[in-house]
Amino acid sequence: MSEHTVTATDANFEDVVLKAEGPVIVDVWADWCGPCLQIAPIIDELAREYSGRVTFAKLDADDNPASTARYGITAIPTLLVLRDGELQETIHGARPKRDLVDHVEAVLAAG
Amino acid sequence: MSNGTTHDLIIIGSGPTGYTAAIYAARAGLAPLVLAGSVTAGGALMNTTEVENFPGFPDGIMGPELMENLQKQAEKFGATIEWDDATSVDLTGPVKTVETGGGETYRARAVILALGSAYRELGLDNEKRLSGRGVSWCATCDGFFFRDKPIAVVGGGDSAVEEATFLTRFGSSVTMIHRRDSLRASKIMADRAAADPKLDFAWNSEVLDIQGDEQVTGLVLRDTVTGQTRELEVSGLFVAIGHEPRTDLVRGQVDLDENGYILVEGRSTRTNLEGVFAAGDVVDHVYRQAITAAGAGCSAALDAQAFLASL
Repeated sequence: MSEHTVTATDANFEDVVLKAEGPVIVDVWADWCGPCLQIAPIIDELAREYSGRVTFAKLDADDNPASTARYGITAIPTLLVLRDGELQETIHGARPKRDLVDHVEAVLAAG
Repeated sequence: MSNGTTHDLIIIGSGPTGYTAAIYAARAGLAPLVLAGSVTAGGALMNTTEVENFPGFPDGIMGPELMENLQKQAEKFGATIEWDDATSVDLTGPVKTVETGGGETYRARAVILALGSAYRELGLDNEKRLSGRGVSWCATCDGFFFRDKPIAVVGGGDSAVEEATFLTRFGSSVTMIHRRDSLRASKIMADRAAADPKLDFAWNSEVLDIQGDEQVTGLVLRDTVTGQTRELEVSGLFVAIGHEPRTDLVRGQVDLDENGYILVEGRSTRTNLEGVFAAGDVVDHVYRQAITAAGAGCSAALDAQAFLASL
């Protein structure tokens, strides 16, 4: 896991995601999900490039059923875009980096 | 951006076809550039679990591991791999150009199109709306979320059986929905499905509609013989009804058949355009196996090598 992402879990979700300052993007993934592994380097790059402006959190779907159930997640990779604890957008499936940049810029602009 | 270099060979695609072409071309000293894709690198096998039928692996190999091995083998011999998507091409002249989503322009004297295929959709209005909300194309990704819930798989080929068999680890029930009264899958897969006590079958059935507001709650099935409709309660629908060739990139330049597959000359990989070759799922709508794709990638590299030697 990259030094620029944080690890979210059922236990710390409140602190790491819901109470975070600024936008948070939660990458819901699992190690048995091929497309999740394919986009992992893109998430790492975005986390580095938006360091200090957007929090990128990784949530392992395998170990954190309460958080995945809370957002009704039935497919991964899924990116949850949150601000002030409120869900702004849910992005399903693997997307190219330039698409994700548009979403990140949009949530930054909205703030 | 462009650095002005003209490569010998660009390979677009990084499934078994693209990487095998890269291995052969690299060993021939062509230093191929592989545009592997930004999110789809490794191709269709990245979404599979165990590959049991790739020769040379008596104990099977995981799809992603096989693809990583092929990538390493290509790089070992001098292939350069870019994790970028070809977004437009001009293949008509003696020097071909390929533009990418990352904003690069690459040039080459020869191009191999190993574009692969995409999952076919049912074409129902509610399918897109409920995608990621119970409708899925990837059992290995999403099966986990349907633990102890009723699941349906639509399709009758090897992929459908593989998905359905995999999903029995999770679902309270797994129903295979197929338009005919027997599976199209290979005998070993069909036998395995028939012997699986956790699999149910809805024969002669097609999916007419998918129900659910926020999440899938059920399906409307139509009997293809009697025309009668019925409802089936499911939380997940996995679609495995085949593939469509990914030819949007080259439409209008490279000749395609009526189903959108790239046409090649005889048993070669030569397209209608000089110096442009095609192989794998983007050509082959019959065999469509990892090993046939790899073999076709080899043929494409040899065809490209012969073409470049003739210049």
